[in-house]
Amino acid sequence: MARMIGADMFFETLIHQGIDVVFGIPGGYVLKVYDVMTKYEDRIKHVLARHEQGATHMADGYARASGKPGVVLCTSGPAATNTVTGIATAQMDSSPVVVFTGQVPLPYLGSDAFQEADHIGITRPCTKHNYLVRRTRDLPLAMKEAFYIASTGRPSPVLVDMPKDVILGEDELVIPEKVSLRGYKPVMKGNIAQIKKAVGMILKAKRPLIFGGGGLIWSEASEELKTFAHRLEIPVTSTLMGLGSYPADDPLFISMLGMHGSYAANMAVHESDLVISIGARFDDRATGGNFEKFAPYAKIIHIDIDPSTIDKNIVVHCPILGDAKTVLKQMLELLPSEIKKNRKKWLGQINKWEREHPIGYEQNGDKILTTYVVDTLSNITKGEAIIVSDVGQHQMWVAQFYKFKYPRTHITSGGLGTMGFGFPAAIGAKFARPDKQVICVCGDGSFQMNMQELATAVENQMDLKIILMNNRHHGMVRQWQTMFFDGNYSASYFKVLPDFVKLAESFGAKGLKVERPEDVESSLREGLSTEGVVLMEIMVDCEELVYPMIAPGGAMNEMILGASDIA
Amino acid sequence: MRHTISLFVDNESGVLSRVAGLFSARGFNIESLNVAETMDPETSRITLVTEGDDFIISQIIKRFNNMVNVINVTDLTDEPRVEREMVLIRVEAKDKTRAEILRMADIFRAKVLDVGQKTYTLELTGDKEKVNAFIGLLLPLGIKEIARTGTVAMEREAKPSKKKGDKK
Ligand SMILES: Cc1ncc(C[n+]2csc(CCOP(=O)(O)OP(=O)(O)O)c2C)c(N)n1
Repeated sequence: MARMIGADMFFETLIHQGIDVVFGIPGGYVLKVYDVMTKYEDRIKHVLARHEQGATHMADGYARASGKPGVVLCTSGPAATNTVTGIATAQMDSSPVVVFTGQVPLPYLGSDAFQEADHIGITRPCTKHNYLVRRTRDLPLAMKEAFYIASTGRPSPVLVDMPKDVILGEDELVIPEKVSLRGYKPVMKGNIAQIKKAVGMILKAKRPLIFGGGGLIWSEASEELKTFAHRLEIPVTSTLMGLGSYPADDPLFISMLGMHGSYAANMAVHESDLVISIGARFDDRATGGNFEKFAPYAKIIHIDIDPSTIDKNIVVHCPILGDAKTVLKQMLELLPSEIKKNRKKWLGQINKWEREHPIGYEQNGDKILTTYVVDTLSNITKGEAIIVSDVGQHQMWVAQFYKFKYPRTHITSGGLGTMGFGFPAAIGAKFARPDKQVICVCGDGSFQMNMQELATAVENQMDLKIILMNNRHHGMVRQWQTMFFDGNYSASYFKVLPDFVKLAESFGAKGLKVERPEDVESSLREGLSTEGVVLMEIMVDCEELVYPMIAPGGAMNEMILGASDIA
Repeated sequence: MRHTISLFVDNESGVLSRVAGLFSARGFNIESLNVAETMDPETSRITLVTEGDDFIISQIIKRFNNMVNVINVTDLTDEPRVEREMVLIRVEAKDKTRAEILRMADIFRAKVLDVGQKTYTLELTGDKEKVNAFIGLLLPLGIKEIARTGTVAMEREAKPSKKKGDKK
């Protein structure tokens, strides 16, 4: 057994764990870790972020695009607190991010030492678990456990706090092969009695609907979902987080549901007699927030790996605790070879809703509509790109108009709604999938929250595209002010904005600006095919609103479909 | 409704604040909380009493189950169980009340732990009602100080829990 210091154990364990990229920033208590890092450069790539929040979103984007845990390394105090927004973002969307922080030496803990913060206390509510490592020899075990906890069950962030004396201490390296935790045993297989009950309900249903969520993506259940939907001829709708788990061009797919979901999807939920929810948690943005009026005619089957999501917002008739992919397989095995489906009427009705109120836009003025840009982008890239969106109107339009075909190609901060997530997450996604075209679609507001990471992207000579929808506003805020605050546009307008093209150029990236609708397509084509980091600033109309919209607290059939619906 | 919840947890730092954090995050008060080692020094038992909406309590219990450091959790509220609490009471002992205090202690089977010039310190074990009744009777005599352990509870017949892991 080799003797080494904690800092070396850190890298040996990462390598053992199969980690090959770390996002971070050095500082005081992790300097020794960074010192030994140069020895491991051939096996572990370190990406120097410009802000720890950026580093954490990068790790998150990496995890979402690859399915593997994303790793952050930073020092204590302000660095650790900077990661908190990133950690909370990852937690809300069930992303396995593992954050390693330096900490003051053990004897100084709690003494208000320089750059001391209570990382464990601060991150307790936003991690699945966290560790303060007290002995050098315990570091590999804590790391193994951290990765295990982060990436199994419902994925979630985990933080490991490494005091300086633990990093400097020397001991034998013992990396355990297996992790066993008596208090943590995620359930994969569904209870067979519940599964039989569910299958019985499904075979009897006349207007069944699959309500898919992000859990489908984390569990890699897309194949099974498709087989399941096709064999039973059940239409599929998806939450924001579930987009990509089912191909948008499949005839059974009826687009996103929820606050800005399609008319057909929301009506289908409302009229359905059986909602089969898989890996979704009935968040208020997905259900309209009026839990009483949710799916009034439906029985509900809820498949989820996290027991605490069951009966949380919606009381369900048949809960199944387990992994989405495993449970779908179990259900498929129980299906009879001949199924009487008789879906004509139901699918016909959905089709009618789709025709009555399709999501659409009319690009005919001289102002560019964001919807048009996203639609054009979807066509140009044929739904093949990884799109990382930020938070706001543009995020909803990406969800509505980009035709996602594959899981892990739609990346966004859904649960926490963290502006500034998109661009660093896109950097992380590109590290995970260098083979894919990765495009960040962001707003001018969101981009300003983490634009310093342009340096990171350029430094790593990335091939990364940014489509910045500049409406000179916090567009989504403006939309709510238009609809619910009598057009009192308080603090939603930017009097000052940088020249984004020059800004990109100052970092060594390329920039181009689009001001006329007729230039959108050619400029996008040009920007997307230009090598390197390219920022495309599109000057868009600030008056376009996202429709349909369920006003907060509304039922799913109570949608505002357009300007004429606003009183 | 009042809930008595029993948890077996890893005996390590931070666990208690994790447990308590679930209540504070919802603005819930914990009425009493008792923690001590079990026969296995690596495991502690927590007995927690709280007042709250049944639905939210069931949510909290599910979240307990999710915690890595929680080995087992049971809501004892609807289970046949034994519950006890211990209290230490320092009561003023004046010439004319000394005898009465001792008489009451005798009736309640309380022990006298400390006899001072001006006070008696009594120990009483019982269920919450008994403890409250005793305190109520001593109150007019002048209680100086009180220390209660909070409830500890156990199911009447130890049955293996179906929920999670093995009980030690
Ligand atoms: C960190 C953070 N701060 C504030 C908000 C509230 N918020 C939600 S959307 C939005 C405006 C987003 O503006 P922009 O990025 O330009 O996108 P647009 O809506 O214009 O497409 C704001 C301020 C948020 N979601 N996240």
